[in-house]
This record gives sequence, structure tokens and C-alpha cells, in this order.
Amino acid sequence: MDTAAGVEARLPIRSDMDLVWVRQHVRQAAAQLGFGLVDQTKLVTAASELARNTLVYGGGGTMETQHLVSGGVRGLRLTFSDEGPGIADLEQALSDGYTSGDGLGMGLGGARRLVHEFAIESSPGAGTIVRVTSWTGRPPGPREES
Amino acid sequence: MSEAFPGPVTGHVPVLRLGEVLLVTLQGDLHDSTAHQLQEDLAETIARSGATGVVIDISGVEIVDSFLGRVLAEIAAQSSLLAARTVVVGMRPAVAITLVELGLTLPGLRTALSTEVAMELLTRPTPSSRSAGTRQESP
Repeated sequence: MDTAAGVEARLPIRSDMDLVWVRQHVRQAAAQLGFGLVDQTKLVTAASELARNTLVYGGGGTMETQHLVSGGVRGLRLTFSDEGPGIADLEQALSDGYTSGDGLGMGLGGARRLVHEFAIESSPGAGTIVRVTSWTGRPPGPREES
Repeated sequence: MSEAFPGPVTGHVPVLRLGEVLLVTLQGDLHDSTAHQLQEDLAETIARSGATGVVIDISGVEIVDSFLGRVLAEIAAQSSLLAARTVVVGMRPAVAITLVELGLTLPGLRTALSTEVAMELLTRPTPSSRSAGTRQESP
């Protein structure tokens, strides 16, 4: 029963090389927890989008991975933190096609659609924390989000 | 136990030439800078060789995020300006599902399920009168 071994970690996001390690870690963790191929692919893609945001807009930061269990369902939570300039208008930042300059734009809104749960905390000058969670089966309990 | 994953790919991706067509095979997890390098290499190789087609095999690619998706779309656009057509080959089903959910449908990108089909598309005379393109096949 040591399925969680190696799942939990904290990885730096300081260069585009780190994006590769983030993707590989999330892929391995998701595979280990029993996510199917499509769900693994969605999670790794979401992680790649969010890690790139952390790097490009947040000026670098970290990703933490956490193994969750709820109602017999296993989950993987990814937390991206940076101490960058923060986001003034979250609503706008989550809308599709929004970009603050680099032409990446798909990031937040796209990543949100690829995971079961999505939460973001940010304010100008206070950095940004994005927390996403996906479950190996149906998400336990009523789904948050409108 | 964690050795099954191919290491990150850095540097240059080899560009092979088969007649008038350039063939590129992407494998494993591509570094951002490697993708940018490939974009440049391809533009130069097309201009130098006069190739009229580019086939990019992504069957070995586990994820395409918005960055790599954009690079593929830009390669297709720049090749077209250099008088070459691009076909992306072998996208994995999970990648296609994820890209649509991400909101990246890449409408300008021509695709084929196999390299054989892509080569056939590219060596056929250009569909000049009809712009509808590659899926159009009259019996």
C-alpha cells in the first residue's frame, strides 16, 4: 500500500528546463495513483500550462504535489505558487484568449477545463497561488464551481 | 522504477529529406528552446532546399500544450509563406481530446494518421481551385 511513495514533492520552476521536470513528475505521479491515459494527459497538460504561467508571469516559483484520498477515490493536487506581480482582474485572466503579453493566453482558462477542481488566489503585489485537483474516479461530493 | 520515461530532448531535432519532403520526428518531452530551434531550422532548410512539403511526426509526443501547439501552427504558417505544405502526423487520441478541451483546435493545421497518407497528400498536385483541402476526396 505504498502507492503514494514518490508522489508528494516540491519542485522549483525557474527555467524552461524545470517545465520538463514538472511534466515528468506529474505524469509519473498520476500514473502511480492509477489515472487513466486520457486523464494523465489532461493533468500533465494543465500542469504544463500552469507551470509556464508561474515561470513567465510570476517570475518563477514552485509546484507542490499532494496525494489525496476521499471516499475511496484517489486524487492528485498540484499547487503552483509564485511571488510575482499577482493578478488584478482574476475574472479577466480566466477568460479564454486573455493574455498579458506573451501570446500564451490559453493558460488559466484552458487549464481549468482540464481538471476537476480549480482555485486561484492572487492580488496585485502578493503573488499567485493556483491549486488544481483531479480524482481517479468521479470527484467525491458535489462538484464545487458554478 | 522511474526509468521508463524518456529524458528531455534538447538541442536540434534532426530534419530528414525525402525527395521534395522534409521529415521531422518529435519524441518524448520537448524543451521549449528545442521547439523554437526546430522552427528556425525548418524555415532555413525549406528555403535552402526548395522542399515543397513538411511532415512532422508527433506519435512519440505524450502531451501538446498551448506552447507546442502554437509552435506547430507557426511552423505550418511559415512553411506556407515559403511555398511548402505541412502535415502533422500521428497525434495520439489522448492528445487530441486534451487539445480540444484546452480550447486549442488548431484549425490551420493539416493532419494525417500516418506518414504514408501524409506523403501521399504532399506529393499529389496542389489543390489549387478548391481551398477546402485535404479531407475533400471525390470518389
